[in-house]
Order: sequence, then C-alpha cells, then structure tokens
Amino acid sequence: MSPVFLIFVPMLAAILVPFLFKKIKNMHTGWFVLAIPLALFIVYASFVPVTMKGEFIVSELQWIPSLGINFISYIDGLSLLFSLLITGIGSLVVLYSIYYLDKNRESLHNFYVFLLMFMTAMLGVVQSENLIALYLFWELTSISSFLLIGYWFTRDRSRFGALKSMLITVFGGLLMLGGFILLGIMGHTFSIRELIGQTPELASNPLFILALVLVLFGAFTKSAQFPFYIWLPDAMEAPTPVSAYLHSATMVKAGLYLVARLTPIFAVSSTWIWLVTGIGLFTLFWGSLFAAKQKDLKAILAFSTVSQLGLIMSLLGAGSIAYHVDNAANSVFKFAAFAAIFHLINHATFKGSLFMIAGIVDHETGTRDIRKLGGLMSIMPVSFTIALIGSFSMAGLPPFNGFLSKEMFLTAILALSDFNLFSFDGLGSLFIVFAWVASVFTFVYSFYFLFHTFAGKHKPEELPKQAHEAPFGMLLPAGILGLFVIMIFFIPNVVGNAFIKPAVAAIQPFLYQTPSDIDITISAWHGFNTEFFMTVGIFLLGGLLFWTLEKWRKAYDLVPNSLNSLYDGMRYMSETGANRFSNWYMTGYIRTYLIYIFTFLIAAVTGTLLLKNAFVIDFESVSSISIYTIIVIVILIAATTAILFARSRLTAIISLGAVGFSVALLFVIFKAPDLALTQLVIETVSVALFLLAFYHLPEISRNEVRMRFRLRNALIAFGVGVTVTLVALASFAQKAFPSISEFYKETVETEAGGGNIVNVILVDYRGFDTLFEITVLAIAGIGIYGMIKLRLSRKENKLENK
Amino acid sequence: MKTNDVILKTGTKVVSFMIFLFSIHIFFAGHYTPGGGFVGGLLASSAIVLLLLAFDIKTVKKILPVNYITITAAGIIISILTASAAVFFNKSFFTHFFDYFHLPLLGKTSLHTATLFDLGVYLVVVGVTMTIIQTIGEDE
Repeated sequence: MSPVFLIFVPMLAAILVPFLFKKIKNMHTGWFVLAIPLALFIVYASFVPVTMKGEFIVSELQWIPSLGINFISYIDGLSLLFSLLITGIGSLVVLYSIYYLDKNRESLHNFYVFLLMFMTAMLGVVQSENLIALYLFWELTSISSFLLIGYWFTRDRSRFGALKSMLITVFGGLLMLGGFILLGIMGHTFSIRELIGQTPELASNPLFILALVLVLFGAFTKSAQFPFYIWLPDAMEAPTPVSAYLHSATMVKAGLYLVARLTPIFAVSSTWIWLVTGIGLFTLFWGSLFAAKQKDLKAILAFSTVSQLGLIMSLLGAGSIAYHVDNAANSVFKFAAFAAIFHLINHATFKGSLFMIAGIVDHETGTRDIRKLGGLMSIMPVSFTIALIGSFSMAGLPPFNGFLSKEMFLTAILALSDFNLFSFDGLGSLFIVFAWVASVFTFVYSFYFLFHTFAGKHKPEELPKQAHEAPFGMLLPAGILGLFVIMIFFIPNVVGNAFIKPAVAAIQPFLYQTPSDIDITISAWHGFNTEFFMTVGIFLLGGLLFWTLEKWRKAYDLVPNSLNSLYDGMRYMSETGANRFSNWYMTGYIRTYLIYIFTFLIAAVTGTLLLKNAFVIDFESVSSISIYTIIVIVILIAATTAILFARSRLTAIISLGAVGFSVALLFVIFKAPDLALTQLVIETVSVALFLLAFYHLPEISRNEVRMRFRLRNALIAFGVGVTVTLVALASFAQKAFPSISEFYKETVETEAGGGNIVNVILVDYRGFDTLFEITVLAIAGIGIYGMIKLRLSRKENKLENK
Repeated sequence: MKTNDVILKTGTKVVSFMIFLFSIHIFFAGHYTPGGGFVGGLLASSAIVLLLLAFDIKTVKKILPVNYITITAAGIIISILTASAAVFFNKSFFTHFFDYFHLPLLGKTSLHTATLFDLGVYLVVVGVTMTIIQTIGEDE
C-alpha cells in the first residue's frame, strides 16, 4: 500500500468503532483500536533504514491537481520521527485508556472516533509535502482536539477549555494559511521541497517577512508559546489519556514540527531567528515560573509542557543560526538543531509517562489536588518509581535522558551569547540568564510534582477514595515510557543515529548531504566546563528553592493573570457585541426580512444595470401576443389586485392560488408543458398547505398597519416589479452568445439517451444542481419538522411541570 | 363539529389511487415526455394530501405507516450513491450510463441510471412535502 494511504487508515478505522462499541459489549473497544496505531507503528518503523541513509519516500494522491494542491506524503527523517511518535505514543495511550475509561460508563465510541480522527490529522500534518494539504490537516487537529478536550461535554470547564483551545489555535491557523498563500504567490508552488529550492529568490521578496510572521503565528499558537500558551492549561480538562497524547506528545509538537520543517526556507532571515529563539526562551522562563505555582497535578504538567516547548523552540531558533555563520561557530549551531530533536524525543517520553502517572494518581485517589496528596510512596511504589524517573529526567538529572539534552541546551545557549550576531549586543547574555533561571525553576517544579505527591505525610481523610496501586495495564504504558527514559540515557547514540541525525539532516539540508555527515556523539560526561558548573548551580539553587517552597509561595499572588482575563474579556465583548448586532436587525418578522431581501435585489440588480448601461430594449424579435395571453394576463392582474385589497385571509389565499394557476396557464400557452404540470401540482399542494396552517396564522389586520409602512412596501413592490421587467427585457434583447438550447437539442438523444430536455437537464446535464436542490429541500423539511416538534415537546414539558 | 363527507371520502378512495398511478406513470415517462421525479413526487404527495383532507391525519397515518423523514433520507442516499457509482468505474462523478435492452412484455426499453437518480428526487420530494404538511397539520 502506498504510504499516503496510511495517513487515512485511522480515520477509516474510526468508521467501524461505533459498530464495535454497540455490538461487542463484553470487551473494551480500546482493544480493537489499539491494533491500528500499533500496526502503523510497525509499518513506519520499517522505513527507518531508508531514512537513515538520508533517502525519502514520496507518494501522491491527487486532490486538486489544477491548482497544484495534492496529498503528497513525504517521509524523510523528520516526518518519520514524528510519525513514529504519533503512532508509538498513540498505542501506549490507547492501552492506557482501556484501563482509564470505564467501558460501561463512558461513551467510548465517541472517544475513539475522535482519537483516531486526531491521529489521521497529526499524521497528515507531519507527512504533507503540500502546504495547503498541511493546513487542512492542521485545522483537523484543532477540530479533533476540540472534540477530545470537550469529551466530558457536560462539564462547564471542559467546554470552556475546548473552546479556548480551538479559538486560539484556529486563529493562529488562519493567519498561517495567509502565510502559506503568500509563500505560494511568491514561489508559484505549494510544494515545500520546491519552495526550499527557491530560498534566495524568496528571501528577496518584500512579502517574505510578512509570510514568515504569519506562519510563526500558526506555529506559536499551536505550540502554546507566549502569549498564546493560555489555552494549554485549560485544555487539561480533557481525559488524562488525551492530555498525555495531545499535550505532551503530539498536538503541541505540531508547531515545533512546522518550525523545523520550514527552517530551510526561513532561516535566512534574522527576524526568524530572533522571533523563534526569543519567544521560545521567554516561554521557557515564563512556563517554568508558573508551573511551581499550580496546585493541580495536571496543571503543573501543563505549564511544564509550555516551558519545555519553549526550550525546544529556542533550540530550533538557535539551530537556524548555523545558516549564517561559518567554521567553528557553525558546528555549535548545528548542534542546537540536534539538541532540539533530541529533547523533543526525550520530552515525549518523560512527559507522556508523567501525564499517565498524574492520571493514575487521579484515578486511584480521586483527586489531583496536590495539597491533599502526599505519602503515596509506600502505597503506590510502582507509580512512584515511574514518576521519579520522569521527574528526574525533567529536572535534568543523570542518569536520565533529560540530563543529556539539557546539557546540550546549555551549550547552545552559551554559544548564542559568544557570537554577537546581527548586532544585538548584550541580548545574548540576557538569554543565558533566562535559560538558567528557567532551568532552576524546572528543577523546582519537577521535585515539587514528585515529592509533594509521593513523599510527606499521607492524608487519607482528605482523599475521596482509598488509595491503592493502579492495575497493571495502566502502569505498563507509563512504565514502557519510563524504560525509554533510562534506555536513551545509556544508548543515546543509537537513538541519535537512527532518528535524530536523519531528522536534523531534514532540517538543515544545505549543511548536510546525508545523515552520516553529522559528526555529533552524545556523551554523558563532557568535562569540567561552563555547562557543568551551570548544572551544579541549578541543582544547588533549585534544591534550596524547593526546600523553601512554602515560604515564597505568596510572591506568586503578586503576578496578575492578565492574559487570561484579556482572553475572557475579548470573548465577552465579541459575544455581546454580536448579540446586540443581530438583535438589531433580526426582528423576528418575516416582513422585515422580505424588505431586506427585496431592497438588496433592487439595489444590486438595477445598480448593475445602471453601471453597465444595459438598458437595451428591442422589440424586434418579440413573438406576437395572442388573445389567450391577454385574457390570462388580465386574470393574473385581477387576482393580484384582489390579494392587495382582500379583507379576509381566506380570500387572499384563494386569490394567490388563482395567480399561480394563471401562471401555469401561461406556461401552457408558451409551450412549456413540464413547467405547467409542476406549477399546477405545486399550486394545489401549497394551497392545501396554506389551508392547513390557516388556523395557526397570527391575526394581523392589515388595516392597522401605518400609512408610512404601506407606502414603503408599495415603493419596494414597485421597485422589484420594474427591476424584474427591465432584466427580462434587457436579457431578451441582448444575445452575446448563441443560445445553449441548440446544444441540448442536438445532444439530448445521443449523449443522454433521453427525449425530454427539461428532465434530462435536471437529472443529467445539471445533476449537481438537482442533487444540492433536493439536499436543501430535505434540510428545510427537517428544519420545519424540528422547529415544530421541538416547540411541541417543550409545551408538553411545561404542562408536566405544572 | 365533524362533518361526514360521504361523497368526498368515496371519491377520494378512487381518485387518490388514480393520482398515485399517474404519478408513477409521469415519473417513468419523464425522460421522453413531460414529467420526472419532481412532478411525480409532487403528484404522489398531492394524492396523500387529498387523503388527508378527506379523512384525517390519524387515519392516513394508519393507512400509510411511513416515516417521511426516512423516505427523505433514503432519497438523498439513493441520489448520492447513483451519482458516485461512476467513480468506481473510473469515470468522473455523476456520469450516467444508459443502454437499450429487449425485455419481455416491454420490448425495446432503455435502461438509464438517471432513473435511479430521479427516484431519489421523487422520494425526497414526497418525503419533504409530507413531512412539512404532516408536522404543520399535527401541530395543535
């Protein structure tokens, strides 16, 4: 099977999930779902030898070839690494969810459908070679994560968090689309590889910086960078397996992926480097500061994710500098991109396991409030061990993988300050301060998470449930990730050769021909250098701050929560503003809406006629008027006038019927039997409908209507009449093109095998029109059904309540 | 007040069948002479409307125990499937197929996938019209 189809496998499998859930009751649906990411993981893993050689696999599925928009799956080192993370951690998350979500109480069919949809979306984002297809999948991740975060939709906080994450990420996504389109305009292609080939020409384009900033908006909102990070802590309202998946391993990494993928295009610009590095470092600092303030286990992890994403972002930014410097400096910054990918893998492993542990603690004790927890070490020894591995890795302690990538991070940041690039003197040293302080706080919150949950005094009276160790199935996925954390520390270069180097070669294609050109080996011991002393400093100060955590906790209350209130305020303003606006023009009276419609019709049509000077009236080719026509038109006019002056509604309805039937007669006279037939039946049915609804119509006497209103109506009616007449005359007089009816006459027998042109047009030539028309009809019918039935049932409820 | 319209009721019993049959005739004839799914569907609904007028909603519901929303949905599904069937034969969406066959009793007959599409239209028209009329009629 072509690899492009693999992207859609989860989505297609999702169709089966509801049936499995309904039919098979005694088995958890998750077991069936588990097979999909697992199978995909194995398939993707088989591609590793290809990418290790620096080759790639391309497969294509046509979508809109005329616009250069196609689904192209491009699997190189970078996209393969992400695909493996998505399917690998996806499998573990599904396994975990089998034990986390109860099969009898939860609507699992929804859950797994959303999860599989999300998986397809993520695979699509990381494998799409076409920017527009990438955007499509990008927004699909926003939508599916919205559904996942709001999975427990009866909770207010879940809905709030889901909406917030979607509003912010879709906002960024739309800006990103703008950037993509600008890139497409500049390079005349949406293909990423072709755009990379045109880098120098693109960079000289005046639109380049604008495209760059717009694309970064997308990446920053998705990867929860400052100031858009505010959605991530609220998104923890999702069920924990989802949090572990979306917010540690996959969705938030989409922004990082985008930055990494587009680095070859944008790295030539200094704006790119300073934005990515600066925002990344500030996010790292800001997130780590807030994590220690949180009282909810998942909130600590959410802020820690924000912070760690900032770290990877800043490394990617620093890696871009390699395009600007030569020789010795060059290698340091090549190193930064390497460190970014390395930390990305490490973060996925330890944060995934920590999220699962948070879920386990929540599941087994009934609370996530860290103030109520404590002393679980002896009750949940296995969970404690896994949590210890994850937290120590997060804090950057040996022998865990976080230590390695954090040392590399420090090296890269030190290098940043050594080279006074782009004449930003002094800013480099500020970066060091930010990075160092952030690392200290990372140490603090990692310890805070671990020891305040598992050490200290056990408070059984505060816990809603009697605490006990989690089932094996829940510990297993977290344990596997924990095992990876340790394994990667001891065999970092295996991981480096298999995954990191191919990915780095994809980020920096101009610097390396093949992954084997990258001469970086990871070593745990790198001598008594500045990095080493910085790390020692982090441990000392971090330890001290952790020891005195309770004392300076009050200092946090001084920090205002202004970003969140800004978001709330903006949402409130837009909602009330929109409400006020719609209340202003939606009066609830059909007559008001008819006024809008007809006024617009007059303005648009007569306006166009005036502008284009289209008043060509030609009576030359008009057919002769027979006596029957005159009679029917007299009846028509009489019936119409009768409606205007009818005192009772019944008379009006019957007159309206007369109008309809005389129009049908006109069709007969003008030899349109099809139309006449339809008109006759429609008229009959609609008069019957009118009579049925007669009883319900509101009693409005038209005599009570004010004179001014009647005058206005008369004016509009007159205007519409004149407009339609003018259009009819003008269109009859102008024959710019030969009539299409000749074509139909010639081909109706040969092409469509029919005799009746009208019907053949309906079902064949213009079948699309008909298809949508019946769809609209059906929607209207269901709408009316819904409105009336809903009102009925509400009435019944009211009666019952009385 | 409940009137007993014997003439209307008796007439309806005969006439509504005639309208039904005529609607089917019009539906099949549509491809060569005036008619088709739209008119056919409308005629069928007018037959049901006549029944509704002569008897009452409850009686008609007993005679025709159908869910009109299901009919609407079935119609749309038939139409979409007919339209997309061409995709599986590597033709573009909405390509129709037709040919002439010799069938027993009927002689030379043309069979056309457009008829299936039109059947969808027919069902949607009947379903929607009747849904609207029935819900409004039931609403007290």
